[in-house]
This record gives sequence, C-alpha cells and structure tokens, in this order.
Amino acid sequence: MSLLRLFISLKMGTSPFVLPFAALEVGQHLYWQLGNLRIHGQVFMTSWILIGALLTLVVVGTKKMERDPKGVQNLLEFLWDYIRDLARTQIGEKVYRDWMPFIGTLFLFIFVSNWGGALIPWKLIELPSGELGAPTADINTTVALALLVSLSYFYAGLSNKGLRYFEYYVHPTPIMLPFKIVEDFTKPLSLSFRLFGNILADELVVAVLVFLVPLVLPVPVMFLGLFTSAIQALIFATLAAYYIGEAVEEHH
Amino acid sequence: MTSLLLFGASEGGLFDFDATLPLMAVQIVLLTYILNALFFKPVGKVVEEREDYVLTSRTEAKKKLAEVEKLENDLKNQLKGARQAAQKVISEAEDDSEKLYKEALALANSEANASREKVRREIDSQRESALNQLKSDAEKLGDLIVQKLLAAK
Repeated sequence: MSLLRLFISLKMGTSPFVLPFAALEVGQHLYWQLGNLRIHGQVFMTSWILIGALLTLVVVGTKKMERDPKGVQNLLEFLWDYIRDLARTQIGEKVYRDWMPFIGTLFLFIFVSNWGGALIPWKLIELPSGELGAPTADINTTVALALLVSLSYFYAGLSNKGLRYFEYYVHPTPIMLPFKIVEDFTKPLSLSFRLFGNILADELVVAVLVFLVPLVLPVPVMFLGLFTSAIQALIFATLAAYYIGEAVEEHH
Repeated sequence: MTSLLLFGASEGGLFDFDATLPLMAVQIVLLTYILNALFFKPVGKVVEEREDYVLTSRTEAKKKLAEVEKLENDLKNQLKGARQAAQKVISEAEDDSEKLYKEALALANSEANASREKVRREIDSQRESALNQLKSDAEKLGDLIVQKLLAAK
C-alpha cells in the first residue's frame, strides 16, 4: 500500500517523500532563464561534467600516441575499433567513415551519461530544485539525440543518392509508402522513448529500492542498471547506424 | 490530473519540453566535431597506420620467407649435385686404380712368364749342348776304345 502511494507520488512529481536516505524528485527541474528561453539547468550541469570527463580522457589518451600503445591509448583504440566495427557493419563499407564520428559520439555520450548517472553519487549535491542525474533521463536530451539521428539519415540518404533517396519509400512496392512515412515518425519516437524510459526507470527503481530497503538489496539492481545503461547506449548507436545504413543502401 | 502534470502544463513534469532540447542538440553536434578532431581522427590515423605497417611487414616477411625457401632449395640442389660429382670422382678413381693395378699385375705376370720361359730355354739349350757334348765325347771315347781295341789286336 505504501509502495503504491510512493509510486503515485513519484508520478505526480509533487510532494515527494523526504527522508534522510533518499528523496525522490521526479519531474522537477532546476530552471535557468536565458533571455526568454527556459532550460533545465541540472541536465546541462551533469552533461558538462560528463563531457568534460570524456574529453579529459580523450585528450590524455591521445597526447602521446605510439605504434606500441600504452595505457589510456589502449582503451581509446579499443573504443575506436569497437565503434568502427559497429558503424561498418550497419552502414556499410562505402560511407561508414563519414558517419563514424557521429555514431561514436552518440555511443560515447549516451554511455558516459548513463554510467555517470548511475555511478556518480549526484544526490550528495543539493540543488534548490530538482536533482542531478543522468542527462539521458531527461526527455529533452533523448529527443534531441533522436531528432539528430532523423536529420542524419535524411541527410545521408539525400547526399548519397539525391532525390533517388525517395525510391526507398516505394521499395519494394508502392504499398509500403504509408508505412515508410509512418516509420519516419516512429523511428525518433521509439529511439527517444526507449532511452528515456530505460534510464529513468533504472534511476527510479534504484531510488525506490534504496528508499524501501537501504541495505544490500539495491546492489544487484544497480548492477543490472549498469548493464541496461551500457546496452541502451549500444542499442541507440546501433539503431542510428542502421537507419543511416538503410538510407544510403542501394536497392537493385 | 496526472496527465496534466506529466505533460508539464504549468511547472515541471516528466515531459517538460523547452529550450533544453535544441541547445542539447547543438551541444551534441559540437561534441561530434570536437571528438572527431580530438579522438576519431588521431586514433584512426594511428590504428590505420599500424594496420598498414602490420600488413606490409607481413607481406615483406612472406616475400623474404619465399626467397629463403628458394635459396634453400637451390643450395640443396647444389649440394646434391656436388655429392653426385664427388661420388663419380671417387668411383672413377677407384676404377682407375683397379685398372692400374690390373695392368701392373698383368705386366709383372707377363714379365715373370717371359723371364721364366727364357731361363727354361736357356736351360734347355745348355742341356742340349751338354748332351751333344756328352754324345760327341762318348762317340769320341767309343772311337778311341774301338781304335785301341783294333790296335791291340
């Protein structure tokens, strides 16, 4: 009964339980005002910290690169190789080089956001409103990423095949036309909601479990959360690459 | 009521869209360019250079190995030829020495035979002459005996 009440209060985003262990504030944001624009400050704060960490790693690892890799260079080369394989298998040998940085940035940003949100004890930092967490647990971030993917595959298709890109909509038969048009809307929708839902749900489950049973029990769920986070980053990057690959593919 | 709050009609909510979205998109695009310059290009350059290096070293090593195998075969053939030549020389030398030995033996035999024959002939002739001498002496002696006997008579 109390669990039910808790979930309801989570969903409302109002009157959260405030306990010494865990306070859940869902749907509350730290607003910054830029002119007449309002943005979610907590999302940018965490994303800047995580992007900073990512860039630091990259700068440190690429500072002195050798043919016999040492230290961080190994990690970076592993990541590079992993991203190249991902892009190459999904997009194809011909144009994967153009899209590898974009796919890789998506993967790295989402991965760093998800893991950073799960591993760094953000809750220790008090904000006047809202709380710090994974940037990907905010719908704005995931929709931004998904829309970038949509723009990318349109751009990839049009720049590679020109107007022949639209043959894709009537391939293999014109009956497919409505479905393909609907797909253009469902693709960003499913991409953004899958990522948003998984990460938010993971944060909520951990928070609720910590709130209910502060000891031991949340730990396996946290590990599961790390697993889900990694998988979601991979899924997002793979699907983005697949959509781009689909757009540049030649049907004959 | 819930849906109203969820879609952020007034303040907050899970689905509160605002300028975060486009700014985040711009931030991701910027990050893509930064990572491309700092990460993808330099690491890709190093990895691909190493792949090229490994590939060329491999082909070079293969070429060298093939060369070495060829040289080895050549040397083996040469060695085989040399061995055969040596064998031939040895057997020729053996044949020669055999022939020389036989020749020398035959020569020595024939010489021995010849000298034996010569000696035998000499002996024969001496015996004959001795016999003739003896015969003539005996005849002389017989004549003498006959004359003495006739004279005494």
